[in-house]
Amino acid sequence: MKTNNPSRLKDFLTFAGVILAFLVVYIMRSRGMLTRSLSGQLVPICAYVVMAISLNLTVGVLGELSLGHAGFMSVGAFSGVVAAMSLASVIPSPVLRLVIAMVVGAIFAAITGVIVGVPVLRLQGDYLAIVTLAFGEIIKDLINCLIVGVDGNGLHILFNATGSRSVSDLHLMEGGKVIIKGAQGATGVKAIATFPAGVVLILLALVIVLNLMHSRSGRAIMALRDNRIAAESVGINVTKYKMMAFVTSAALAGAAGALYGLNFSTIVSSKFNFNTSITVLVFVVLGGLGNMTGSIIAAAVLTILPEALRGFDKYRMLAYAIVLIVVMLGTNNPQAKALVGKLIPHKKKGAEEGA
Amino acid sequence: MEFLSYLISGISLGSVYAIIALGYTMVYGIAKMLNFAHGDVIMVGGYISLIAMMNAGLSPWVAILLAMVVCTLLGVLIEGLAYRPLRAAPSLAVLITAIGVSYLLQNSALLIFGANPKSYTPIITGTVHLFDGQLSISYVSLLTVAACIVIMVALTLFTSKSKMGKAMRAVSEDKAAAQLMGINVNSTISLTFAIGSALAAIAGVLLCSSYSTLMPTTGSMPGIKAFTAAVFGGIGSIPGAFLGGLILGIVESLSKAYISSQLANSIVFAALIVVLLVKPTGLLGKYIPEKV
Amino acid sequence: MPKKIRSVNESPLVPVPTDSYIPKRDLGKLPVLEARHIGIDFGGLRAVDDFTLTVGSTEITGLIGPNGAGKTTIFNMLTKVYQPTRGTILINGKDTGPMDTVQVSKLGVARTFQNIRLFNEQSVEDNVKLGMHNQINYGMFSGIMRLPNYWRQEKIAHERAMELLSIFNMQDMAHMKAGSLPYGAQRRLEIIRALGTNPCLLLLDEPAAGMNPSETAELMENIIKIRDTFQIAILLIEHDMNLVMGICEGIAVLNFGKLIAKGTAEDIQNDPVVIEAYLGKKED
Repeated sequence: MKTNNPSRLKDFLTFAGVILAFLVVYIMRSRGMLTRSLSGQLVPICAYVVMAISLNLTVGVLGELSLGHAGFMSVGAFSGVVAAMSLASVIPSPVLRLVIAMVVGAIFAAITGVIVGVPVLRLQGDYLAIVTLAFGEIIKDLINCLIVGVDGNGLHILFNATGSRSVSDLHLMEGGKVIIKGAQGATGVKAIATFPAGVVLILLALVIVLNLMHSRSGRAIMALRDNRIAAESVGINVTKYKMMAFVTSAALAGAAGALYGLNFSTIVSSKFNFNTSITVLVFVVLGGLGNMTGSIIAAAVLTILPEALRGFDKYRMLAYAIVLIVVMLGTNNPQAKALVGKLIPHKKKGAEEGA
Repeated sequence: MEFLSYLISGISLGSVYAIIALGYTMVYGIAKMLNFAHGDVIMVGGYISLIAMMNAGLSPWVAILLAMVVCTLLGVLIEGLAYRPLRAAPSLAVLITAIGVSYLLQNSALLIFGANPKSYTPIITGTVHLFDGQLSISYVSLLTVAACIVIMVALTLFTSKSKMGKAMRAVSEDKAAAQLMGINVNSTISLTFAIGSALAAIAGVLLCSSYSTLMPTTGSMPGIKAFTAAVFGGIGSIPGAFLGGLILGIVESLSKAYISSQLANSIVFAALIVVLLVKPTGLLGKYIPEKV
Repeated sequence: MPKKIRSVNESPLVPVPTDSYIPKRDLGKLPVLEARHIGIDFGGLRAVDDFTLTVGSTEITGLIGPNGAGKTTIFNMLTKVYQPTRGTILINGKDTGPMDTVQVSKLGVARTFQNIRLFNEQSVEDNVKLGMHNQINYGMFSGIMRLPNYWRQEKIAHERAMELLSIFNMQDMAHMKAGSLPYGAQRRLEIIRALGTNPCLLLLDEPAAGMNPSETAELMENIIKIRDTFQIAILLIEHDMNLVMGICEGIAVLNFGKLIAKGTAEDIQNDPVVIEAYLGKKED
């Protein structure tokens, strides 16, 4: 095939960049050059990078605004944690358990993606966006009501809608353990997520999304974004390809959720709220729609930055807000763009692809 | 009787949603943007009125007026500085900017007033007792419902009768054509933000009066709910926002009472999903097909 | 009087039982399109009423009429962007009754749009490959895993796309973004994309709009070339009478949503009803 295609070269550089960054950070960490808090952020950074890549598939590639992506992350996190914890005695290898947890997380998130996608994808534009927001909140609330435990007989699941039931209603056998305690979330989780596993997940997500984009299916998905009516006129099945993008995106978010959930000893469902969805959306928009490299950089930098600004604790979120507004104005306002163009005469082409 | 009292508190809550949703829907109609900072203007209105009453010792009515003035200025300022430069930009860029503004307002409030909830003295206290005391309705509830109806009627008259209201409708339908007809698009949009923000201030005072607390994130959830209400009723439609607000308020209140307080929000959102599936542009929204 | 640019191996129009005419050479073959008494209402408005047209399997047909006559609406009904309120549409004898746009496309109806609708963010080559979407056979999984089938099919698709682009000498533009092409090239790319679907009926909505006379002349040659190469039928909407009279064998005239005449260029030019529709009634 074509070897001189610039987009293929860019894809290659992205992979190379991720691996290089991993090696650098890994070596730095092994030599104790990273602060404690930064080391602790490595797995969440990987999870957010995968979240950004996956959301970019929905927002940038499919062209539909989703405001509830954290919901899929949540489904993945909790199903992954349940899988990892209930298999703890059967599968001693933490790596294998992590892999299984991520697969389980992806599958459950994909199923949720189908359930959410069927109604959502019939809508258009801002109506679609608000319904994804609604689903995100619903998922958060539903998980908040879950009480899950495991014992010799298998999993015990309770749905605590009225707040009247408690852990004891699980009737666990001797030696059983509680995994999710309703609003208190999953506690006593053994943190088995590792930085290398996170990087592998990033690479996997990249392979899936980039290869998809350069295939027949990906072209069809982008055609729906660019012009739905023309896409139908050449025989592209709108529902099928919208669903394909949406569910793939949900599955990747689920895997990211499992990775994230297994990095902490406690995880609560309110962590995956509207604000988390928005945070990931900001990564995607700042990194550039449809631009996976941009998503990775934006997610990594914007997750590290607040950590790096810990010194200014009180002002960092304020600074973040101002930076967000200024960047948006700077990249989208014609006058501001012209000004930036004058200041930096040889602006890279990639920057213009953003937003 | 119990049902009636939940219903009334639902109507009262719904009225607050409706007032916020009216602002949302007007701004959406004219600027075609999801103004996520709208909910935070409510919070600002709450704090301004609180300071006016507590620290400056002003009467509640002056406090409301002051909150309205400050929020109006704030709304016009936000529109002029953050949204106007992006009039030609992709809608996602405007959305992210709105989120930035929302963070900015919340974190400014956090720095100034701190994270702890402040207790808010209702602007009017007391309750009416009906049916030998079996049913009690707070004056705040009555005031909220009355304010909502007055605002709704006034807005409907304003947009249908006044010259500026007609200009607003013209701009929301076709900016370029409105401009060619000699309408000043920028000032019309500013006016819309001014009205929407003034309404948010009123909503803020009423909301804080019924919940009696106030914190920097107070506006977020009601903002999202009101947005839901606006979409529920058909975004861009004034009667739609009113209807959507009321229905969602009642649904929320009754769900809390009879189904599950933990799932009340979910039931509200589920109601939105059901309505949009049956009517993809909301209860009173207009469907405009794409021309091929 | 508009002059004819080139003969289109004319065969005389002959009547068919469906109240229409097709070229004599297409007799005995299934007509590619039979629209029978189709109509559509928007609210209370009858946008198109009782429209009947038969198009022979290799016929170039013009659909003309004043602005607002309902020409594009007919295209939208034929491609099921709008579902007709009344009547039947047969494609190669097959009733398209409940079908949607995608199914009609698979039957072989392809179109271009009056206001160009390309996939602007994708390359010229990918636009053509999107036209060939249902000709390429591999699924999502093969695509993501880059299985041998992916490479094989993509290679074939690439070669075919280049071949189609060569019709309008656009191979050099294959890597450009479709949205960055000049206007004329965008119109040509839309035609190529439509051809990618392997159609039996090509609908062109004002293909010469915005073109100068020499570009239009080239387009006319190319339309004939496409018909001859692919042996397909072409139905086109056009306001440029030079083009219509020059290459269309059958011409259907629409006014206020109703078919007022179908015949050869000469028939149409001498038809008093057509003249009235275009020029208005003579004052007595």
